[in-house]
Amino acid sequence: MTVLQQEPAVSAETARSIGLNEEEFERLRTILGRDPNWTELGITSALWSEHCSYKSSKIYLREFPTEGPHVLQGPGENAGVVDVGHGWVAVFKMESHNHPSFIEPYQGSMTGVGGILRDIFTMGARPIAAMDALRFGEIDAPRMRTLIDGVVRGVGDYGNCFGVPTVGGETGFHRCYNGNILVNAFALGVARRDRIFHARASGAGNPVLYVGSRTGRDGIHGATMASESFDKESEQKRPTVQVGDPFTEKILLEACLEAMRTGAIVAIQDMGAAGLTSSTFEMAGRGGTGLRLDLDHVPLRQPGLTPYEMMLSESQERMVLVARKGREEELEKVFRRWGLEVANIGEITDTGRAVLVWHGETAADIPIGPLTAEAPVYQRPVAEPSDLAARWRAPEVPQPEDLRGTLERLLATPDFASKAWITSQYDHTVRTNTVQGPGGDAAVVLLKGTPSGLAMTCDVNPVYCSLDPRRGGAQAVAEAVRNLACVGADPVGLTDCLNFGNPERPEISWQFREAVRGISEACLALGVPVISGNVSFYNETEGTSIYPTPAIAAVGVIASLSGLPEAAFQRAGDRIVLLGEDRSEFGGSAYLRLLYDLEQGRPPVVDLAAEARLADLLRSLVAKGYLRTAHDLSDGGFLIALAEACLGRRLGARVEVPLVGADLFSESQGRAIVACSPAALDRVLREAEELGVAAREIGEVGGEALEVRTAGERFVAPIAALHEVWSTALPRALGL
Amino acid sequence: MKAGVVVFPGSNCDHDVYHVLKHVLGQDATFLWHQDDSLQGCELVVLPGGFAYGDYLRAGALAALSPVMGAVKRHAEAGGLVLGICNGFQVLLEAALIPGAMRRNQNLRFLCRDVHLSTERADLPFTWKLRQGEVLRLPIAHGEGNYEDSPARLDALEANGQVVFRYCTPEGARADGDPQWNPNGAARGIAGVCNLGGNVLGMMPHPERASEAILGNSDGLALLASAVEAGSRSLLRAGAAR
Repeated sequence: MTVLQQEPAVSAETARSIGLNEEEFERLRTILGRDPNWTELGITSALWSEHCSYKSSKIYLREFPTEGPHVLQGPGENAGVVDVGHGWVAVFKMESHNHPSFIEPYQGSMTGVGGILRDIFTMGARPIAAMDALRFGEIDAPRMRTLIDGVVRGVGDYGNCFGVPTVGGETGFHRCYNGNILVNAFALGVARRDRIFHARASGAGNPVLYVGSRTGRDGIHGATMASESFDKESEQKRPTVQVGDPFTEKILLEACLEAMRTGAIVAIQDMGAAGLTSSTFEMAGRGGTGLRLDLDHVPLRQPGLTPYEMMLSESQERMVLVARKGREEELEKVFRRWGLEVANIGEITDTGRAVLVWHGETAADIPIGPLTAEAPVYQRPVAEPSDLAARWRAPEVPQPEDLRGTLERLLATPDFASKAWITSQYDHTVRTNTVQGPGGDAAVVLLKGTPSGLAMTCDVNPVYCSLDPRRGGAQAVAEAVRNLACVGADPVGLTDCLNFGNPERPEISWQFREAVRGISEACLALGVPVISGNVSFYNETEGTSIYPTPAIAAVGVIASLSGLPEAAFQRAGDRIVLLGEDRSEFGGSAYLRLLYDLEQGRPPVVDLAAEARLADLLRSLVAKGYLRTAHDLSDGGFLIALAEACLGRRLGARVEVPLVGADLFSESQGRAIVACSPAALDRVLREAEELGVAAREIGEVGGEALEVRTAGERFVAPIAALHEVWSTALPRALGL
Repeated sequence: MKAGVVVFPGSNCDHDVYHVLKHVLGQDATFLWHQDDSLQGCELVVLPGGFAYGDYLRAGALAALSPVMGAVKRHAEAGGLVLGICNGFQVLLEAALIPGAMRRNQNLRFLCRDVHLSTERADLPFTWKLRQGEVLRLPIAHGEGNYEDSPARLDALEANGQVVFRYCTPEGARADGDPQWNPNGAARGIAGVCNLGGNVLGMMPHPERASEAILGNSDGLALLASAVEAGSRSLLRAGAAR
């Protein structure tokens, strides 16, 4: 008996055990016109997993606006591409690696970063910036300190060794992530406009080359694992977590970029989720070709892997490419020079079928089109939660007894504390492009050789999203655009990481539909297309789902980097202006959540027209060089934003505001603090009036304290004291 | 004069140094491949930062055995200029071109931040554009920068004037035991060390990352400019007489 004949018998039951339901199993039998064998079943289970097929999200994702004047490539490729001027394009995407990171935080986050970097250089772009959006549970929750430490080390070790600066990101803490943390990795690369590569196979007879690490038994069924919820057995899924090797990835980057310059590459794709299966099937599927794979030639880490294991392994740092026939040697020479293994593992055919040969037997023979293009699409039942009216009831807002004490208590929470403990573990200056690194509203990197820069930011407020996913989705986009505007950047596109619970629960599908609507509405109103993204469902443990967390990473272009403001106050004597209006809004606010453990009320109104006016104003003021400081108001409201502006360079301020008591922490949207020289003040106020943005001069930068006067109160907080609280809170909470 | 930047597998600051040499300083520069044993006539050789061979065995250990390092050693012995930055410093230590060894940072974590350095030797080919005692603010980004040697050898290092840069306070005061200023716990706050001849310098901070005003800091430019001009003027043994 051959090895293949000894494989498990295929039935609806074995199909279910690897993630295919009965209906899907029948669909596969219909496509094949016979029973699948074990390898074919495994391949289909991976391709039709939620992670690879987007089967529950597809119908909603179609709503996203994906076109814009700068967009060269929208969703559907390894990453999106936008034109950023001067003959350059930016290639970017964000992806989740939540499940692996919860099971094994160090390797999980490493391979999350590795996967997104490969997506970028697969397109021919050199990664020049990375961000990470992390959501942890309460620091005192079981395993949480280990998870935080492992994730931060993993993100750092991978990016640091690879040589990409981690310039920004977001870290949040909430008990809804106690059993399911989120690790979302973003990467951005640049390439010349005419040098973009695609993962679209063509040319029957062209050889299929395999490059990079050997294939082992790690990560088998990772994609399927990422499409399930967690339970008590999840610990046993550790072998489904891949192992990262940033050194090999760095070599792979250099070798691939060099190989691309030969002109001998037709198509190229990295092996990410579902490894050899998704990479080869997707390339052939996009190109409408067939392929023959000779599995005896796949480089193996140990002997004895079966076709099933080879096709489903998620060993990292591997690429597959289609070469122009006759030019294999040129490519092999490049890869060998970099010390990488290359293997010719098959060829492109015109049959439309994937034929896998192993030990002289046919291990699989399946039509590619039906398996990729005709993957199942579900319209899951949707149900609005029954307690929405109760959730939206306006909360009672207690007044703070002591403003300075309240501010200090907030600054001491992990949410508002300085994240320097995290960001100092990430190399954020390698590649000598970093104009503004972590800690500002948006990170800014040079577009080398041009006067321009690229800005990027990462935003979402999960508490808003849990109370009102539609408003929360819109708010995330609005905040991202506002952050970009604070550095004068015009948004050119965004990528999203939509982290949700189990879509088979009607309330989760409702959350998803609403969030996508909110995001779409904001994208349309603010003129930002969605160019790439990722959906992560089944983020739940023991039946408890995370809050809907549609992380938004937006990218903008700054035409000229001269006179760029910072989020911090820079010079004593500068005049401070508050832009936008307060409506005393506390639904889902940090003030109520962190101080009174209350998550109640509808999140703040997102007035998209007002957001657009504010962003226009900020961009115009920055472009004219009027501003030395621009910092948006978001969670925590006015007083937190003001304190943050002081803490950056430890510079005090004296302000007088018409806000009273708790309203200093109200989270009305569409607001920002700016500071300018006294000479520029009139021009700033005049321009705000012209553009229809409420503007009020509230005070002046300077001194060693933050001094705030309101209608009935006054408090003074020395910056040194605030800085001590703010900068030591996170390491202290972590017990370091 | 020609400057060469060595490319080991895993070097990731090679482009950065090359960029500053070539585009900021207008210097003729080239990349040197780790498997070649020729320096193509370069007068100044830079071993850049990064993670050569992933630093998987010990930082710099495998790179020190590369064919190109044979040529670098011959160049150094002949009085040629060699600058090792960060991982390049670690390679120089492993190649025994500079005494001492690196341990992991005291807090066992990778650290990326700005540090202050006091210039202990302003008479070297790498530092002659600086003033004795001048304080520089430069970025670091490393996990293993905790310089160490035996007390007797450290004494000898100091007596020979081989300590080129020391971590210090913004005002230039020594703060060897204070992690706020000496970020990695390096013995005696040592951040940069040269060989006896003064023509080989290893340093943990990255001057190339602080060489352009648009990046908010150009404190590192004078160092690289010193090396480039020294290479051009054959000031190769400027510090050797000391």
